[in-house]
Formats: sequence, C-alpha cells, structure tokens
Amino acid sequence: MLLSPTAADDVAIRPPREAAAESAADAMTPRLEAEGGARDVCLATESLDAYFGAVRAVRDVSLDVEAGRVTAIIGPSGCGKSTLLRCINRMHETVPGARVEGEVRFNGRDIYDRSVSAISVRRHIGMVFQRPTPFPTMSIRDNVAAGLKILPRGARPSRRETDAIVEHALRRTALWDEVSDRLSASAVALSGGQQQRLCIARALATSPTVLLLDEPTASLDPLSTQRVEELVYELREQVTILIVTHNMQQAARMSDRTAFMLSGELIEAGPTNTMFTAPRDPRTEAYITGRFG
Amino acid sequence: MSAAMQAPPLSPPRQPGGRSYREALAASTARTLRRRRITNYVMLGLTSAAALVATLPLLFILAHLVAKGGSSLTWGFFTRMPKPPGEAGGGMANAIVGTGMLILIASALGLPIGIGAGLFLAERRDSKLATTVRFLSDVLNGLPSIVLGIFAWQLLVRPFRHFSALAGGIALAAMMIPLVTRATEEMIRLVPVSLREAALALGYPRWRTSLGVVLRTALPGIMTGALVAVARIAGETAPLIFTAFGNQFWSLSPLQPIAALPMQIYNYASTPYDDWRAQAWAGALVLLVLVLIISLAARFATRSRFGLGGD
Repeated sequence: MLLSPTAADDVAIRPPREAAAESAADAMTPRLEAEGGARDVCLATESLDAYFGAVRAVRDVSLDVEAGRVTAIIGPSGCGKSTLLRCINRMHETVPGARVEGEVRFNGRDIYDRSVSAISVRRHIGMVFQRPTPFPTMSIRDNVAAGLKILPRGARPSRRETDAIVEHALRRTALWDEVSDRLSASAVALSGGQQQRLCIARALATSPTVLLLDEPTASLDPLSTQRVEELVYELREQVTILIVTHNMQQAARMSDRTAFMLSGELIEAGPTNTMFTAPRDPRTEAYITGRFG
Repeated sequence: MSAAMQAPPLSPPRQPGGRSYREALAASTARTLRRRRITNYVMLGLTSAAALVATLPLLFILAHLVAKGGSSLTWGFFTRMPKPPGEAGGGMANAIVGTGMLILIASALGLPIGIGAGLFLAERRDSKLATTVRFLSDVLNGLPSIVLGIFAWQLLVRPFRHFSALAGGIALAAMMIPLVTRATEEMIRLVPVSLREAALALGYPRWRTSLGVVLRTALPGIMTGALVAVARIAGETAPLIFTAFGNQFWSLSPLQPIAALPMQIYNYASTPYDDWRAQAWAGALVLLVLVLIISLAARFATRSRFGLGGD
C-alpha cells in the first residue's frame, strides 16, 4: 500500500492512547518551537526508542521535521544520530536483534503500523549512505534506474520514460554532463564523489518525499563535498532532507533546522541560526563551541 | 662506521684493555644484523624450495604423460570408438563424450542446489539450520568418494537393477554440492553489507536484494567455485565404478551405463595390451588438459569487468 497525506487517514490510524503518550513526551523532551514561517510537519518521531539487542541507542526522541526544509542532526560519535535516521525509513530493523519502539509519523500515518510495509516506506523515504554504494554489476544508467525497475507493474515507467527520468535525476545531481557519454559503462569506474552523486541520483529517481543523508560527505574530498552540499542546497525546495553530519560547519552551512543529540537523547532542536548562536541547553553550547565531541 | 667517529662526551670511561660501551654495542648490533640477514636467506631459500617442490609433481606428471601418451594422441583418439585388443587405431570418443555427459548431469543437479544452499547459509548465517547444514556439508566434503559411490549404488542402481549415467551424475553431483555451497557462501559474504542496505533502502524486497544485487555481485566468484568443483569431479573414478559402470559402446542415454575417461583409463591401464596401455596414457593426458582448461576458465571468470570476487 502507498502512504497518502490525507487528514482522514491520520485520524483513523492514530490509536487513542497516543494523545496521552504525546503529552507525556512533551513534558520530557524538548520540542521544536513554532517559528515564524514554519512549514507543515511532514515527518515526526514520537517517543522513539531504538535498540540493538539490550542496548538502547535512541532514547525517547520526539522530533518534528518540516516539509521542504533541510534538517541537520548533529552530535558526537555514537550518540545515535545514524540510528535515528535509520529508524525513519525502517532500515534499523534489518540489523539482526534490532527493534524500535514508539512511532514515526509520515504524512500523519505511523510507518510502524502493521498495515504499512517497510518496502513502501522506503520507496517514499530515500536514503544515501556514508560510503558510495553503486551496484557494481550495473551500468551507470541501470544504477539510477534501479529503484524504478522494482516498482509494481502498474507504476513502472516504460523504457523511454525511464531514460527521461534517469537523465533528469543525473541533471539534478549535476552528473549528466560528466557521464552522459558513458551511461552504459560500469558505475564503479566513477570517482568517489561522482559515485556518491550517482547514489543521490538513484535515490531521487523514484521521487521520494523525504531524503535521508547519513554523513554523505564523510568519505569524500573537499571539492566533492562542496558539490554534494550545493546539491543538497538546490534540492531543498523539492525534497524534505534530513542529514546526519559530524561536521558542524556543514550543518551550519546547509541546514534550515538543526537537532542536537547526545547519548541517544535529543537535547535540543530548532532553527539553525538560533542553535548556533543562542542554544538553550548548556550541553548544546558546549558541543557547538568545541568543548567536547 | 667506526666508534671513534661518534664517541660522545658522556660515554663511560674506557676500561684499560677493554672496549667502550659504544664499541660493544656496535659490535653486537653488527652481529645481530648479520645473523638476521643469514636467517633471512636461509628461510627464503627453504620456502622457495618448498614452492618449487609443490609444483614438481604436476610438471613430472605432465612430462611423463606427454612422453608416454603423446604418440597415441591422434585425431582418431577423439573421434573413433574403442577397438578390441590387438587391433590398432581405436579411440576413446565414447568415453570423452560420456565424461561430458556426466559433468552435464552433475552440474545440472549440483549447481542449483549448491548455489541455493550457499545463498541460504550466507543469508541466515547464524540460524540453527545454517550451522547444521554448514557442518554436514563439510563432512560430506570430506567423505571418501568410494563411499559416495557405494551409497549411490545402493540407492540408485540396485533398486533399478541397472547401472546408468544418471546414477553416475547424481553421485558426482553429491560430490559437487558441498564444494559449490561453501564457495557460494564465501563469495556472498565478500559482498559488502552496504550494498545490501543500499538495495533495501531503495525499496527492494528482500528476495530481490538477495538475487538481483547480492548474488549477482558475487556471481563471478561463484562461477570460479563452480568451475573448480567441475574440475574436481571430472577426474573422479571411484563413484562411477558403482554407478555409471563404463560402456564399450556408444551411448547417450542417461538410463544406460556410460563410458567415462577416468574409468576407461583405469580399465585400459590394468590390461597387458600395449595398444590399450598407450591409450590409457593418452586418456590421462586428455583428462589433465581438460582440467587445466577448466581451471584457466575459472581464472578468467574472476577477471570479469563487473563484480567482485577472486583476486
């Protein structure tokens, strides 16, 4: 089934007990304050806990993600920011022994509801990883088209439509001019930065509503990093972007909103400007000013 | 270097008749270095000798086979049928084709089962079933081939009162399966988890991730494993004695006894006829070259343009 952004679904699916849980969460964890010009919330975690076996990697995180914005998640290594990201497209559960408690509401519907399949969630919430992951057996074109080929028969584009989508995706990632003459060549022949942009193009080809980026520039050189940052900046109007990064300058440069995590907890979230100039929590300030992390 | 050149101001005073501390140190360092250099040469020599000796048997066998069987290796050897002893000019056409048939039957059964089992072991690596299957597969791999032959005879020949190529192929498949299973598992494990995750994150169902991305990426390596397994069974004799039995005549029927190179070599080599013995040598040479070709093909399979696997 597909997820649709209708209010009726929202009401029908939310269990009654949630209202109580929500207010409890409000009291315990900081929430995004309503800012002037705030967008619709298209994605929200509600008291989310993520476990690896007995280890609780994400603790009671409630985070609202506004549509059409870039939200950065920062925090020291091992603070659970990648795990949080992986809960949002149900990748966390693919790790043996991992489980999730709480809710992730996407367009008002809980993606962990029993009626929602992980596959449909991942088709709407794309992801790009720390290291480029082109499929080595596929050509550049087939890599970009990989997500289209597996769509259900009715939704699968024709060959000509696929070519158009591939070109569009490669143009959006500024890769078209570099690879248009060798679309049938192996994708592993590309440079690291090109491979990462190819992975972003692959994620964009299925037109996801949300794009999750897990330290997308961690393995790239400064020039490639800059290109990916510019790319994210250009994509912000079309796709809601959630980016995990180690690099605070990067978070400051790219994001509209920033969330700070520490030891699995969400400490503070707000507009990036405010977070970097006047954080409310002393721990946020300590991290941002480089006193630890 | 001389100790005098670098005599430091703080060196201990020279003992009358003795050496300074620095001189003693320099001498001992030089000794240690000399000893290490000698040890290095000796060990290098020993290991190179071992490496040479390891390849010697193959070289001797190849030279011997060419010397003894080369003269019988005529065009007729490949195209003609066996002749009665004493008559010159027979060939092993039926045995060569028979070996091909047996390899085909064994591969048709052994490859799908072996690759499927390997995929299962890699995907469910820690499940109880996987651990059990992995252990049993290793045991099967170590099973003497004669035991497999007797087993196949009991199961596939005795009930039908008939030796057959099919029984021989199944016995060989049973030898192939553990080899292919383990090779497949190893190769799939070489595929980085990140690739699997990338496919899942694109909305690939699990089965498509396994088949379309993981298995496909590991395919060149799996092909190598499969060819190594084929090379291994191509020369097997013991499982065939009880199953395919051998045949002096032309046969392509899977339900009839069939000739095979290793059995023909065994039969011919144990006769007193010079013609046949020479042909046995030639047959052995053909078998060796066949295995060599398969091994070379395996090396080329790894060198494919796409994909991981191999060196």
